Amino acid sequence: MKTVQELNDIARSVRIDALRGIHAASAGHPGGSLSVTDILVSLYFNVMNVDPQDPCAEDRDRLVLSKGHAAPALYSTLAHRGYFDPEEMLTLRKTGSRLQGHPDMHKCPGVEMSTGSLGQGFSNAVGMAVADKLDGKSRRTFVVTGDGELQEGIIWEAALSAAKFGLDNLIAVVDLNGLQIDGRVDTVKKVVPVEDKFEAFGWETMSVDGHDMTALLDAYEKAMAVKGKPVCIVAKTVKGKGVSFMEDQAGWHGKAPNDEQLETAIVELGGDR
Amino acid sequence: MADVKKIATREAYGQFLVEYGADHKNLIVMSADLSGSNKTDGFEKAYPERFIESGISEQDMLAEAAGIAHSGHVVAASSFAMFAAGRAYEIVRNSIAHTGANVKICATHGGITVGEDGATHQTFEDVALMRVLPDMKVIVPADAASTKKLMTEEFGVEGPAYFRLGRSGVPAVYSEDAELEVGKGVVLREGNDVAIIACGIMVSAALEAAELLHSEDIEARVIDMHTIKPLDEEMIVRAASECGKIVTAEEHSVIGGLGGAVAEVTAQKCPCRIAMVGQHDVFGESGKPAELLKKYGMTADDIVAAVKSIR
Repeated sequence: MKTVQELNDIARSVRIDALRGIHAASAGHPGGSLSVTDILVSLYFNVMNVDPQDPCAEDRDRLVLSKGHAAPALYSTLAHRGYFDPEEMLTLRKTGSRLQGHPDMHKCPGVEMSTGSLGQGFSNAVGMAVADKLDGKSRRTFVVTGDGELQEGIIWEAALSAAKFGLDNLIAVVDLNGLQIDGRVDTVKKVVPVEDKFEAFGWETMSVDGHDMTALLDAYEKAMAVKGKPVCIVAKTVKGKGVSFMEDQAGWHGKAPNDEQLETAIVELGGDR
Repeated sequence: MADVKKIATREAYGQFLVEYGADHKNLIVMSADLSGSNKTDGFEKAYPERFIESGISEQDMLAEAAGIAHSGHVVAASSFAMFAAGRAYEIVRNSIAHTGANVKICATHGGITVGEDGATHQTFEDVALMRVLPDMKVIVPADAASTKKLMTEEFGVEGPAYFRLGRSGVPAVYSEDAELEVGKGVVLREGNDVAIIACGIMVSAALEAAELLHSEDIEARVIDMHTIKPLDEEMIVRAASECGKIVTAEEHSVIGGLGGAVAEVTAQKCPCRIAMVGQHDVFGESGKPAELLKKYGMTADDIVAAVKSIR
């Protein structure tokens, strides 16, 4: 278990290496990677039962990054958790790399499901939780989605399924950063209030500051105590979190920083590289 | 063949599930509100704890199927072919084929013999859609016995597969103890004047056509190409070189289905004349299956005419 201070320090390194990877690739998705980082770091370091030395351990908890374009944040989190050397981040998106543009379960250790086509990971995760219920396994499935991603119809098909099967072994976290490629989610196709929607679909819901480690850990603990239904944690985040010129800018959804921008970003994040 | 007992391949699928499920506890069966039509209701009654009802959500069913398969199960997921292959296509591609999920998509109601439900429910594109997906096996059985045989083999092999099954009863082509192998075509009748390569319900029509041709001194080789992928290329090349002419017959669009697949092989390895019997780039309509087969040119007589067109 890490302290909140340690988690924040790890998150800083995770953000820096995610950006270094995107910079080296000259392509990728910095905005959503920076918004989801604290969610992933808190889960992988303090909540999930995983073993980087044995990524396929029988009773491990599983996480599906349904917003697969935030792969740099997932890879960087896995690397800092010990699945592989963080320096491998520099191979991101390059030919032959294990770190594909969107997560590939057969290439990268620790990746539970290949994702990228929005909405599918959410439904895949429901299937995983269904299987664990059938098999009498007590492990958990976590699924992380974006807020723009909630515009996909399959999310709501799967949300109905999860409620129907009473999947209290499934916890969904919505990285609600308010932006998508074409602009503000509220303008493109409004999804809030997300809590009300999931509640109406039969889920327990919680709202949390997605950059407050203490609040996140508290929410996970409460979510894991819920019985008989799935839980959706709506985490309010800032797209591009930690880098002033990327924060809350839709234009940084899928654009790589240049040399100078990377340097500024690393300094702002408190790095020394 | 009016006196022959006809069994639909979907019926055989339902029987297979109940039999196979007895010894294979890791088999999970999924339905999208069509358990009666897909014939998965027998399994549901026998093993309710391993039956998952997804409701009218084919996309969710197939994405969940991938998650369940990647948790150590073999999943049989069923809907109408129109929706399993068509509506959920991108999910089948990304969640199932790309991840190599152990999901057997068993799609019923393929083709024009859906009958009265009409154009929105009659798919002629599913085999083409599934065939272009890497690692996806595509199997179109001719009758009940071969359905069970091919499923028994394929369900024991890890990885995705698409079975295309029919709504209407079809006459038996094989005996219960016939030997069939996924990926190996079957020569049902010898002949060297022309080769008729068929799949699904068109196999019995091909045998009927061969009999009609025989009365006119034309000896047709009849091949059941039940596996469209991986395709038995060797058998096709042999047919092309020994018979010199090929007629393909399928209850599917001639674009991209069995006809297209055979033509791809012959064009590259042994060019020969080909005529294709199937749906010719048009949508279907409501009607009795037999009447529709006649109207859209998928009968034994149409195969005979196709043979004569390239003589």
